[in-house]
Amino acid sequence: MSAKTPEQINEDLLRPLAGVSARYLIVLACFLAVVIAGFTAFGWQVYHGIGVAGIRRPVFWGFYITNFVFWIGLSHAGTLISAILRLANATWRRPVTRCAEVITVFALSIGAMFPIIHLGRPWLFFWLVPYPSERGIWPNIHSPLLWDFFAISTYLLGSGTFLLLPILPDLALVRDRATGLRKKIYTVLAIGWRGTPRQWHRLEKAMQIMAIAVIPVAVSVHSIVSWDFAMAPVPMWHSTIFAPYFVAGAIFSGIAALIIAMALLRKFLHLEEYLLPVHFENLGKLLLVMSLLWVYFVFAERLTTWYGNEPSEMAVFWLTQRGSYSPLFWTMVTCNFLIPFPLLAIKKLRTITGCVIASIGVVIGMWLERFLIIVPALSHKYLPYSWGTYRPTWVEITITAATFAAMAMLYMLFSKFIPIISVWELKWGQHEEPERDSVLLRKDEEATA
Amino acid sequence: MVIDLDRCTGCEACVVACHAENNISTVGEDQAARGRAKHWIRVERYYEGEFPDVKVKFMPVLCQQCDAAPCEPVCPTYATHHTAEGLNSQIYNRCIGTRYCANACPYNVRFFNFYNPVWDKPLHLQLNPDVSVRTVGVMEKCTFCVQRIKAGEIQAEAEKREVKDGEIQPACVQSCPTRAMVFGDLNDPQSEVSRMARSNRATKLLGELGTLPKVTYLQRDSWHVGEDARTD
Repeated sequence: MSAKTPEQINEDLLRPLAGVSARYLIVLACFLAVVIAGFTAFGWQVYHGIGVAGIRRPVFWGFYITNFVFWIGLSHAGTLISAILRLANATWRRPVTRCAEVITVFALSIGAMFPIIHLGRPWLFFWLVPYPSERGIWPNIHSPLLWDFFAISTYLLGSGTFLLLPILPDLALVRDRATGLRKKIYTVLAIGWRGTPRQWHRLEKAMQIMAIAVIPVAVSVHSIVSWDFAMAPVPMWHSTIFAPYFVAGAIFSGIAALIIAMALLRKFLHLEEYLLPVHFENLGKLLLVMSLLWVYFVFAERLTTWYGNEPSEMAVFWLTQRGSYSPLFWTMVTCNFLIPFPLLAIKKLRTITGCVIASIGVVIGMWLERFLIIVPALSHKYLPYSWGTYRPTWVEITITAATFAAMAMLYMLFSKFIPIISVWELKWGQHEEPERDSVLLRKDEEATA
Repeated sequence: MVIDLDRCTGCEACVVACHAENNISTVGEDQAARGRAKHWIRVERYYEGEFPDVKVKFMPVLCQQCDAAPCEPVCPTYATHHTAEGLNSQIYNRCIGTRYCANACPYNVRFFNFYNPVWDKPLHLQLNPDVSVRTVGVMEKCTFCVQRIKAGEIQAEAEKREVKDGEIQPACVQSCPTRAMVFGDLNDPQSEVSRMARSNRATKLLGELGTLPKVTYLQRDSWHVGEDARTD
């Protein structure tokens, strides 16, 4: 990479913005079709009633809440990882951060839709918003669902800002090289970025503040999502381990999603010289650490439950361990640990392919984990007389598929309009940062004086 | 409320009475099989022993009107909340259908309207005008027949007197042929329900969860001849 001149970098990273191929349009259309199917299914559900979904008494939460937790978890890819890498000044992060931050914003937007999709009366979702009404009723601040509302909106704003700030110089770069309508659009988007030393200085400052601010927000978001469950006196939900368990799981699935996204970008946008094997190697090591942490959490949770031997908890415990949900449970363990562990622990296997296979396993495994936390506990609550089971319907399956298609579609669109690798950060990586910083700063001060 | 399990024969008259009183729609065979049936009160059946020496235990379960109800704090819109009288009330208009309350309820006594309710003609003519009909996407549950409580209070107030013990009866209590259920004012130590709740057979359903239920169950002792005599 050091052999690249700034011009070459511009050339390579702005190439995807130049035009679209027929293959791109066909794939995009396929994803769009699935997304439209999802919206149709949701319309069907609103028209006929939530009964068209598979939820029932006593399993009142099913696929929708699973998807909610899964996507919110996936959103921890970005901001959290990129913020930590920024603060740790890990120089290899440069080509990775934006791919990660984009996952965050899109996954969060998708996840945030599910609490609305799953409502019995989704058209009244705005009652969660504390707005002054003539009835003088405010939302109930005791409810974890309200905490969710505030946590997710804060995170969406924070991660959105965190994504958009470092995009500005790149938008300006596109603006300067474009003509006609494109130039006009990017002029508006770049909101007056001219690359003056003062602007650079402020951007650096803002990024530092955001990187620090976004980490506690990200941790709090998934803690609060876990408290949707842990606050309710439901066997196997009502546990203190849930908040850290969920945060660890979220980062775990987030890294996996990031590795998959990077591999696809590398292949289809021909970024072989930018997304290097070393990036996958480093992220693979992180994924390995998280995989071990995940197993540790599962073991700790299961062991204490089993040893405590509380009857209502044991009913759920055995249901997942060797009952009707056990095939899913052991698939989860396989996907989250048994497959990724050797692939990531053995250096020879920790190639790009190895990392991607491990990551696909983790994404599947983490989706199953969310499902296995929610459904078995609800189906075997205290009184055995009202135990029940859950089976999703086509409506839930279609909407679930649509979210994956939506993620792919949004990602494809984003990479066509905005350089998916931060051009200016990559160039900066080739200079001695501190020196340049101070030189710019001095010039800036002279200019203002 | 006190429910004497020794007296319950499992006849389900309470269930039928509740459906009639509270405009609870039936959902049909198909939907019932999919777990969408709504019974604000149900008679749980538990079997003990091997055939032919089988004993069946009946236990009517309805909303326990908990004093520390897990369903109340979790509702984001205050659709479920505690009234000044101590009832655990459900405000249908305010419910947006998160179903969180039903998940939090350890007794599974909350029921959701998965579809808009329908009554085949002419059944729609027998709807109780004192009870609102719930729409799709709304949670519902036992109210202790709040409409009857209110009517009794208004009647007593009109006659300038206190409500008499036993004057107000929810539909399930009224219809119980064996008088297994007794309803009254727990704040009045002299009421029948208070006296029965002090029985040494008294127990709370899942009381260990700390929900402080207002329904007291009197355990069966008719199978244990020679042990403590009935004290109610």
